[in-house]
Amino acid sequence: MDVATWLAQATADADARGLPQLKPLLETLAKATAALRAAEDADHSEQAAEYAEDQGDGGR
Amino acid sequence: MVDVRPATLVEAARLIEARQLSPVDLAKGCLARISERNEHLRAFIAVTAEAALADAARAEKEIAAGTYRGALHGVPVSVKDLVDMAGLPTTAGSNVPARPATHDAPVVANLRRAGAVIVGKTNLHEFAFGTTGDETAFGAIRNPHDPTRSAGGSSSGAAVSLVEGMCYGAVGTDTGGSIRIPAAACGVTGLKPTSGEISADGVVPLSTTLDHVGPLANSVSDAALLYYAMLDADAPAERLPAPSPAPLWLGVPEPYFLDLLDADVRRLFAGARGALERGGHAVSTVAIAHAERTADVYLHISLPEAACYHAPLLRDHADKYAPGVRLRLEMGGYVLAEDYLRAMQQRTRLRRAVDRALEGLDALLLPALAIPAPPLGASSIDVDGKTQPVRAMMLRLTQLFNITGHPAIAIPCGRGADGLPRAIQLVGHRGSTERLLQVALAVERQIQQQ
Repeated sequence: MDVATWLAQATADADARGLPQLKPLLETLAKATAALRAAEDADHSEQAAEYAEDQGDGGR
Repeated sequence: MVDVRPATLVEAARLIEARQLSPVDLAKGCLARISERNEHLRAFIAVTAEAALADAARAEKEIAAGTYRGALHGVPVSVKDLVDMAGLPTTAGSNVPARPATHDAPVVANLRRAGAVIVGKTNLHEFAFGTTGDETAFGAIRNPHDPTRSAGGSSSGAAVSLVEGMCYGAVGTDTGGSIRIPAAACGVTGLKPTSGEISADGVVPLSTTLDHVGPLANSVSDAALLYYAMLDADAPAERLPAPSPAPLWLGVPEPYFLDLLDADVRRLFAGARGALERGGHAVSTVAIAHAERTADVYLHISLPEAACYHAPLLRDHADKYAPGVRLRLEMGGYVLAEDYLRAMQQRTRLRRAVDRALEGLDALLLPALAIPAPPLGASSIDVDGKTQPVRAMMLRLTQLFNITGHPAIAIPCGRGADGLPRAIQLVGHRGSTERLLQVALAVERQIQQQ
């Protein structure tokens, strides 16, 4: 589930539960979740680059 | 017997062992100070005066008969009201109904076996889910240095109880900084040991991955004595570690940790660093890879774990929580399992990053709290001309080491122009809390010589 979809569903649920005060907190959490996922992507890219470099050196 | 008010646990222990100070008189003095100041400061939720005096009398009798159990014998201590004490409700600072605990938590049992005299249960940020001590069912805890200010949290009452001489040691808990933050805000010492070292059984959980139990005290030596007693009550009486001999190798982690600091925190931290360098210690700059991910990782571990524990309580007693605490707990229920697992994976990376930063060093050196104790009720604060959220600023320098489990200690390093305390923090190698205490003793000594 992407973060935008998550946020839409979470805020709709908060509204349905009578907790509109949760919305700004959920927006803050959404930013943190996006950053967490971006960190994971960055780690994967870093690992892929390291692997590619190792493969390039491996033939020597 | 000498009519004295010792400044530290070490001094009290020495006088008690020498039979120059009566544990009963010491307890009476602490209880009198609680009686005088607690209504204003709200450090304690429950004061166990009768039991404390009985325990003190028993300690006095044992010592007179030649049975001395060690440094904690006959010494008054306080316990955060998140920790079970048999026969008392563990309120967790909340109006949510609490049953009386049937057993002492192991940490309390260990302190009792060491002969400690427990004077009461201290006030805290509700369910330990906050850094300011102003969301509690028992009245916002006031900072003794300025009663309009927060005492820090969540172990707010624990820190205040020490400053005011209401006890000589305090049991706290630390999930994102809740021992070190109030220690820094109130000008006392606070130790978060290595993860898992001191049992968290019988302690109301906030986030089981991040929760730690540890002592607050008036000095590093005092903290060490409490730490050993909390760990293992059968430890030999003479467990005071010796300070590390010079030179120490210390690393200041940059960037991130020094990026956003109150001006006096920056000045006093620089002063402490300079004092250490003049004292012959080596202080270098190190980097902790991906430190900027700390807050996001912390949120995605602490929120769902807290929400999980509180789900049944929220179902039945939502209206009894402080509104801010309730909303943060509700928020936790929305974190997806995949993002919790992502955060746990990042935790492994961050742990390795801190291990790497510590290679070749005795400890990391950084400020403990980025801002002075904030005004009670404040949700934002000005730092370097920019408005920042109080909660994020309070947690900024401490929460990483809850994620990674490294031991960390906050030590006072002076007062700002506003009269409020500031503190440094030392972070040691995982599994080496005793070594960290040795480093801290040497650092404390050097800072006090400034």
